[in-house]
Amino acid sequence: MSINSKYQAVIGLEVHAQLSTKTKIFCGCSNKFGSAPNSNVCPVCLGMPGVLPVLNKEVVEYAIRLGLAVNCSITTKSIFARKNYFYPDLPKGYQISQYEEPICRNGFVDIELADGTKRRIGITRIHMEEDAGKSIHDAGSETLVDVNRCGTPLLEIVSEPEMHSAEEAGKYLFAIWQTVKYLGICDGNLEEGSLRCDANVSVRMKGETKLGTKTELKNMNSFRNVERAIEYEIARQIEVIEEGGTIIQQTLLWNAEKNIAAPMRSKEEAHDYRYFPDPDLVPVLVNDEWINAAAQNLPELPAKRKVRFITEYLLPEYDAEILTQERTTADFFETTLTGLTKKNPETYKAASNWVMNDVLRVMNEGKTIHPEHLSSLINAIQSGTISGKIAKEVFEEMSATHESPEIIIKKKGLVQISDTGAIEKEIESILAKFPNEIARFKSGEAKLMGFFVGETMKVMKGKGNPKIINEILAKKLKN
Amino acid sequence: MVNLHEPYDLFREKLLNGTETVEQRTQAFLSEIIKRKELNAFLTVFEEEAMQRAKEIDTKIQNGTAGSLAGMIVAVKDVVCMKGKRTTCASKMLADYEAIYDATVVQRLNNADALFIGKTNMDEFAMGSSGENSAFGAVKNPVDETRVPGGSSSGSAVAVAAHLSTSSLGTDTGGSIRQPAGFCGIAGLKPTYGRVSRYGLVAYASSFDQIGPFAHSARDIARVLQVIAGYDECDSTSANIPVPNYLEAMNRNVKGLRIGMPKEYFPDALNSEIRSVLQKKIDLLKAHGAEIVEVSLPHSEYTIATYYILATAEASSNLARYDGARYGYRSRQANDLEQMYTKSRSEGFGEEVKRRIMLGTYVLSSGYYDAYYRKAQKVRRLIQKDFLDVFQHVDCLVTPIAPTTAFKIGEKVSDPLQMYLNDIYTVSANLAGIPGICVNAGADANGLPIGIQFLGKQFDEATILRVADFVESIH
Repeated sequence: MSINSKYQAVIGLEVHAQLSTKTKIFCGCSNKFGSAPNSNVCPVCLGMPGVLPVLNKEVVEYAIRLGLAVNCSITTKSIFARKNYFYPDLPKGYQISQYEEPICRNGFVDIELADGTKRRIGITRIHMEEDAGKSIHDAGSETLVDVNRCGTPLLEIVSEPEMHSAEEAGKYLFAIWQTVKYLGICDGNLEEGSLRCDANVSVRMKGETKLGTKTELKNMNSFRNVERAIEYEIARQIEVIEEGGTIIQQTLLWNAEKNIAAPMRSKEEAHDYRYFPDPDLVPVLVNDEWINAAAQNLPELPAKRKVRFITEYLLPEYDAEILTQERTTADFFETTLTGLTKKNPETYKAASNWVMNDVLRVMNEGKTIHPEHLSSLINAIQSGTISGKIAKEVFEEMSATHESPEIIIKKKGLVQISDTGAIEKEIESILAKFPNEIARFKSGEAKLMGFFVGETMKVMKGKGNPKIINEILAKKLKN
Repeated sequence: MVNLHEPYDLFREKLLNGTETVEQRTQAFLSEIIKRKELNAFLTVFEEEAMQRAKEIDTKIQNGTAGSLAGMIVAVKDVVCMKGKRTTCASKMLADYEAIYDATVVQRLNNADALFIGKTNMDEFAMGSSGENSAFGAVKNPVDETRVPGGSSSGSAVAVAAHLSTSSLGTDTGGSIRQPAGFCGIAGLKPTYGRVSRYGLVAYASSFDQIGPFAHSARDIARVLQVIAGYDECDSTSANIPVPNYLEAMNRNVKGLRIGMPKEYFPDALNSEIRSVLQKKIDLLKAHGAEIVEVSLPHSEYTIATYYILATAEASSNLARYDGARYGYRSRQANDLEQMYTKSRSEGFGEEVKRRIMLGTYVLSSGYYDAYYRKAQKVRRLIQKDFLDVFQHVDCLVTPIAPTTAFKIGEKVSDPLQMYLNDIYTVSANLAGIPGICVNAGADANGLPIGIQFLGKQFDEATILRVADFVESIH
């Protein structure tokens, strides 16, 4: 029995999702990312004396959507509270958040591990809050503050402390990422920080019910870093305990370059936030009508969509999994299907292959493809207008020029030649050139068939219908 | 010759028939402000701008396009933001701070063609009951310059009382309009919480603060209130409830009106001069057909404690933004971030402000929250319920405005608790969110004004204005 198997890790995640609303949470400023520093600001988000916050209803709508998507109950009367602390990028000296009465409670997401184990991870709460600004410490001797981000709406999603491995935490985070993207409420960019994840990690002896002392991990800006940091921290805590030490409750910053988590200065975390209800805001009232309307407008979520892809289109589970990972991919796939002239499991699988292999590749390269064009391309193969090989060429051209396959085929003269007379003529002249090969073929070298097909294709610049070429060759060589 | 002592009604008549101009009146006020500089009522005077604006309004009057408050010359407490103007809150912290936007009340008064003559001195960040907590020196009571004018809207009360403006705006968090109105012998109204937008009012205690007018009469109060009251989408706590016509409601008739006398507000120990002056007015109301009913507000003894827990808690958070980082005072002695905060705030805030920030920080601290803040919230609801209950039976309440008349400058500065107790008759209206008005009822043997307070139901300013106007008209 290894040392590690004596212990059980307990992990809870706090995920912050920056919402992609048009305006900020408490003022009318643009919520666009990447504007010039300190340009998306007004007296309200600057925290000037005398200003008052007014809640952006879209934020509540987004919170309800996420709450419903992860099986939470929605609080009919939730309250904003002030979290008080001093920092230069926090203009009011407090962050408006929710504390005792968050908008969503008691939800869960289901995850599946690599070994096929299924687990349900509880969500304690989801609350609405404003983001702080950004301090830039590496600009010479001074610290610069960009307050554009002040007032950016956030949803904080707090899980139950019931994950037991880095893999589970990674899968849970992926499920949250997938959900916010599907709902269209957050762009889910971990590198840019529009989805941020902090992890509370502790270990205890297996069978123990009391939680061990936890540490908080921050600064993990990719799925990979979240898993690596948690693995690191679990191992570190076990080592400390094995060596007879005790775990100190502290906040650790993950350093991805050095592959270690280092403690923050204790001063920075010695906070008593003195939460109290924000007297400038009234309770957020959500009635059943609102909740029902939001429920009706929810998009089909990935788990459900995957099952439907398998049953409706008879796709392999692997395909369905990949196609539904992101809503944009699944939407692309289904739009492609609507444009197909022949709708059957064969064309669905063809479309799936195109999307999984080619579309995702060119999209990762930052190019775009119109699903309507992919439908036309598949239709052209189906009708015999072009061969599968030519189709690959057309596809590359499509992604480069955004022209329709019809235009590309026409412009480049790629229409497949299916005229048996014309093909026969080419084949006769080729066979005339290779008497030795014919003799070898007839004496049993069957693989030379490929050679004759290739030579014919070469002469026909790839446009010959491969099926017809094969048929004619077979007939001719039999004689 | 302009007579600054004549009632606004008379001046308004002269203005409309062309025998006097806003320009003449503004000039006269400006001269008077300079003459009465020793009162220390103003922190900023808009000399040139006011004259310019006066000419504009005169032209509008000639063209028949002037707004309802043309000729109303208003002084504004220096805690209300006016774009491009210094808004100091009488604090060293904001001594050079210029507001970058107009408060909603300022916009509304401007649209009605009121004229702003200057910004008035006050207790720092509206914390105080005497006008002595100003970083720019104490304000003096024009009735007796050795005495305080009350606070915290001290300069605004004095500007009206000394005829340096027609009316003024104050703010009332625990009595800061009504008590100085009483000490200076004028009228002052705290509207219902949510009646007037707080947007642009530098917050002291957000769930208590209300902007309200001072004037020489309840009628002039009604005129200003008419313009500043009403829903504002920039203030989530402002009420979307229609604003009645206040002047129309003032019918000089109190017949059948049921007026409650809360027994807790007339204790045996009440100053006898105050008692007899009030009783005389109450008898007159009775004589004119009002029904006087003794009522009880059983949780009255907790009002001061409840107020000073909740208001300071909110203040500790509201004043966190003054940290030296973005605007306002920054200490030159600081070597790091922590020092920038502690030194800027220690040097920039006055004693009373620091005392309240510390009190508020304490009551919100982990381990103390339940015992202080949460319990005080519960008591606040009981106090609110006291008022809801009595208003089932009466239309309004009558009470003294303060335990004493204006006290001597310096008399209470060393005893904060005595100073806080001065708010005993006023804070309940802020805790309950109800409107209150103070008008003059008479004077004590030293000639110091004695105010009388009427408290009304939520959003029923009309009734207390009607009673106040009646009290002003009978002698």
